[in-house]
Amino acid sequence: MIEEVKLQLKKNANTIRMDIIEETHSAKSGHPGGSLSIADILAYLYFVEMNIDPKNPQWAERDRFVLSKGHTAPALYSALARRGFFDPAELINLRHIGSFLQGHPDMKHTPGVDMSTGSLGQGISAACGMALSAKKSGASYRVYTILGDGEIEEGQVWEALMFAAHYKLDNLCVVVDDNGLQIDGPVAEVMNSASIQEKAKAFGLHVIDMDGHDFDSIEKAFNEAKGISGKPSLIVAKTVKGKGVSFMENQVSWHGSAPNDEQKEIALNELKEAAKCL
Amino acid sequence: MSLKEATRDSYGKALTEFAEQYDLYVLDADLAAATKTGIFKKAYPERFIECGIAEGNMMGVAAGLAATGKTVFASSFAMFAAGRAFEQVRNSIGYPHLNVKIGATHAGISVGEDGATHQCNEDIALMRTIPGMVVLNPADPVEARLCVKAAIEHEGPVYLRFGRMAVESIFDENYKFEIGKGAVLKDGKDVAIVATGLMVARAMEAAEKLAEEGIDAAVINMASIKPLDADLVLQYAKKCGAMVTTEEHSVIGGLGSAVCEVVCEQGNCPVVRHGVEDQFGKSGPALALLDLYELNADGIAEKARYAVSLKK
Repeated sequence: MIEEVKLQLKKNANTIRMDIIEETHSAKSGHPGGSLSIADILAYLYFVEMNIDPKNPQWAERDRFVLSKGHTAPALYSALARRGFFDPAELINLRHIGSFLQGHPDMKHTPGVDMSTGSLGQGISAACGMALSAKKSGASYRVYTILGDGEIEEGQVWEALMFAAHYKLDNLCVVVDDNGLQIDGPVAEVMNSASIQEKAKAFGLHVIDMDGHDFDSIEKAFNEAKGISGKPSLIVAKTVKGKGVSFMENQVSWHGSAPNDEQKEIALNELKEAAKCL
Repeated sequence: MSLKEATRDSYGKALTEFAEQYDLYVLDADLAAATKTGIFKKAYPERFIECGIAEGNMMGVAAGLAATGKTVFASSFAMFAAGRAFEQVRNSIGYPHLNVKIGATHAGISVGEDGATHQCNEDIALMRTIPGMVVLNPADPVEARLCVKAAIEHEGPVYLRFGRMAVESIFDENYKFEIGKGAVLKDGKDVAIVATGLMVARAMEAAEKLAEEGIDAAVINMASIKPLDADLVLQYAKKCGAMVTTEEHSVIGGLGSAVCEVVCEQGNCPVVRHGVEDQFGKSGPALALLDLYELNADGIAEKARYAVSLKK
């Protein structure tokens, strides 16, 4: 990847992380851990990969994105706002009465949200429907969806993967955010889903490993997925839950709790320092 | 009374008929032969999407197709469409108010021999609670076809309830159906029987029996359970002073409950609910089961007599 692009993406991801802290702090609730783990992937999707037009969110030919792990909406909202879909000043209204930024993504009220999600396991099915729709209409858009590694414990995910492979949805790119933690503890202890790669391969998907915090690796993975024909791709993104905020990293307690005033300041200072080093 | 066929047959035929005019996509979960979407599949294979035995995923796929602007019908038995996939219907279709029509067949006790696991007497109750969901339960093949057309022309989710068993047609080609409107099939002044689905024909029969006893019963067909024609219900509550609801569905949460909600809040007359009591079904031939559960003219007439006795 060109160094200038990479630098800009790192800055974008850092901004998304700062927004996540501000949003969840303001909401006094929400899910910072899994939001921080997908910040780099969303930065790449929204600023490089996807063919979208913030001025025309309903553009029929746009690439689609479905946040199947809908609880990490703070990361998505930031990416959308920073990409120009709506005013970033709205972000601190997350989860507040009257805000269009609901606790989980709402396609009816938030510009740029392509599917309402939140109930785990359901977003990927809608993504399959969108990808099949493109095939049926002869449209060239691609569909991206991010799932949590805990989310794949839902049986519906495997129904959807079977469907995607059956219909050869090579315009569908499934990303599993493999941060290793879910609410009740490590995924390996709560309900071991390993090996995601072997299971997905057995279901007929093209499987790609990726470092979810390295833009060279991210670019390589998404480019590889685009080159695959005849089958959908599944990218296993190795990530760190809470990435970028020292006291949140790899801490399951930050799955679904918001930073208080003091924690917010510490987190923002860390992220500001990180930005200075870029 | 020219045509006798199951409303599921009318459904499959109507989809095929209207596919010429509308860009419909039809999904099924390995039951196309039974739900009769197979008729559409044969005529329009490129617009038929087999989803396999995975109803939850099917509802999500339907939502995704609708999110890209397509009009989608998703079919299975009522038990699996409304029951198993309830939460997918609620969250992926209802919440974003997507243009998905759920064509649910094999509703109610008249599924017959398959027994309790397949006899869904709870689907109206489930679907009625989803904000923005339209719930339609046609009485005969003519109305079933019109309900399909109305669902296509309606923007947003619709739940359509069809039966397995062949039923006599009640309506002729002049019949008009409108979402949110009931139809008075027989006027009367002593008691109003509000019926839906295959109970409509039985309600007409009950009205004849009651007439012999000097009870002048009105019969109202209520295919549109949600939105309910509250004006018509209140009009007849006032006119007759006693009301009976009848449905091939649990007495909990279905048409009976919907009518009670309206009459309790805005009207003033006794409402007696007739339907499947709080119990599961069992195996047997459909007609024998309908009699066993008293889902027949005698059952309705008995409730009507009781309703009349409650009048002040």
